[in-house]
Amino acid sequence: MQVQSAGCFAHIFSRLLFLLIFAPVVSCFDPEAGPTLTIKGSTTVLPVVQIGAEVFMDRNPGVNVSVQGGGSGVGIASLIDRTTRIATSSRDIKAEELERARAAGVYPHETIVVMDGIAVVVNPSNRVDNLATEQIRDIYTGRTSNWQDLGGPDREIVVISRDTSSGTFEAFEKLALEGLKVRPGALVTASNQVVNTTVAQTPGAIGYLGYGYLSHRVKTMMVDGVRPSVETIRSGKYPLARPLYLYTDGKPAGEAKRYIDLLLSEEGQRLVQEQGFIPVR
Amino acid sequence: MRHFRETIYKWIFSVLAFASLLFLTGIILTLFVESYPFFVRHDISESIFGLYWYPTYDPPEFGMLTLITASFVVTLGAMVVCIPIGVGTALFLQELASASQRAVLKPLIEILAGIPSIIFGFFGMIVVAPFLQRLLGIPTGLNAFTASLVLGIMATPTVASLAEDAVSFVPRSFREASLALGANRWQTLTRVVVPAAGSGISTAIILGIGRAVGETMVVLMVAGGAAVIPHSIFDPVRPMTATIAAEMGEAVMGSGHYGALFAIGLILFFITLAINIVAEIISRRFRLKLGLGR
Repeated sequence: MQVQSAGCFAHIFSRLLFLLIFAPVVSCFDPEAGPTLTIKGSTTVLPVVQIGAEVFMDRNPGVNVSVQGGGSGVGIASLIDRTTRIATSSRDIKAEELERARAAGVYPHETIVVMDGIAVVVNPSNRVDNLATEQIRDIYTGRTSNWQDLGGPDREIVVISRDTSSGTFEAFEKLALEGLKVRPGALVTASNQVVNTTVAQTPGAIGYLGYGYLSHRVKTMMVDGVRPSVETIRSGKYPLARPLYLYTDGKPAGEAKRYIDLLLSEEGQRLVQEQGFIPVR
Repeated sequence: MRHFRETIYKWIFSVLAFASLLFLTGIILTLFVESYPFFVRHDISESIFGLYWYPTYDPPEFGMLTLITASFVVTLGAMVVCIPIGVGTALFLQELASASQRAVLKPLIEILAGIPSIIFGFFGMIVVAPFLQRLLGIPTGLNAFTASLVLGIMATPTVASLAEDAVSFVPRSFREASLALGANRWQTLTRVVVPAAGSGISTAIILGIGRAVGETMVVLMVAGGAAVIPHSIFDPVRPMTATIAAEMGEAVMGSGHYGALFAIGLILFFITLAINIVAEIISRRFRLKLGLGR
């Protein structure tokens, strides 16, 4: 009896294993699947293109949309070596990337689909609720290191930054630091989610996030007296805002064009707003 | 016909055996080729002893000393945690535990060894870090201490099971001789068994170090990631592996930053290679000492 049930279990288990290993392979080689549209790049833009992809595949059952993260740099590099149709980026293309693209016979075409605001966040226990851009700069460069100097309690500021190669960092550096270096002692975290968690856990923390990643676990700061919102970011009143880009080789055509048109349509922009981003129209 | 089949099998297995050699060569070549431009353009000692890691600024700075120190500090801390626990577990299992205790402990240690490192990372970030932060009243729980602790727990099963093998290789006659001479169990353990298994235990520890040096996910999530030389064990640090993992995705291919990350990879490769060579030398000595042959 014992042996039999064990054998039965092993049988079910091996079947499950088989399914796990081979199901994705089989679906990849499904001869009935139509053309594939690949989108790759910035993790900041990921929720935007993901929701777009879901709706797009609903409307166009023949087309397979594959969405991947990896980072703005990876997306653009993939566009250059032609392994993706659309590259997403939270920064505009760099001169050296443009050069490499031209050399490879690729002509990146830029489309702005949404705006992103960078929110400065602190622990909910923090009494400070407004910071000037200069104060943020002083905190991040290490000139200010105690909340006392900013009207808060006598507590060391735990500065939380992102990897110097993250798109959110590049935007923050450009918008808030004006090219000055973040002090070496700042905590460096790998994602927006980790910033949320760390700030929520650490009473003296300050961090920054893509607007779409704001959570109720952290307290959002006013910057220069302006609270980040759809209106203030789109109007340019909120100082820490930036556009998000899609790059295609030449003007978008075929599925890529239909996909981008969907994102820019009234419905697409509404979906994007539901993801916490700011529509461009 | 039979001869033909045997030849075929021989070939198939030779190819499979040499495949790993092919991968190794490929990896080493890639590391050298991709980091070569970096070493040509930058002074090696200036990079290795540089204090500032600002790879994406203009002009970029590629000081790796903070990253190398971080790996060193975190690994050392992990060893402080895992050597006593790991070696103690091994001695207990081999010398003192009853059959039923062994039956419970051994599988549990193996399960601990099988837990993916990201789970340790999660555990460290969500549970250990906030707990230590409150307990010790430090500004942040994401620091070298927490990373050492979690890494140490993670490396413990590696050290425990290898050290246990080493202890089990000590011939029964050694123990019997010691007991026959009137030594008690503690004396037998500390003066006979541990010295006899000494180099095997050292190998276990060195391989544990290798595991800790190369670990990426835990330090990425728990060490805090600040590229500074820590003044205390409670400062956040940024080990080499975490730097590569966090930055490779966004580095522009072929740029100085890209090359610098490969250079870190190469340094890491040489460190682990040195660790493995030392482990190999020690374990060979150990086999000879116990008369097990080569």
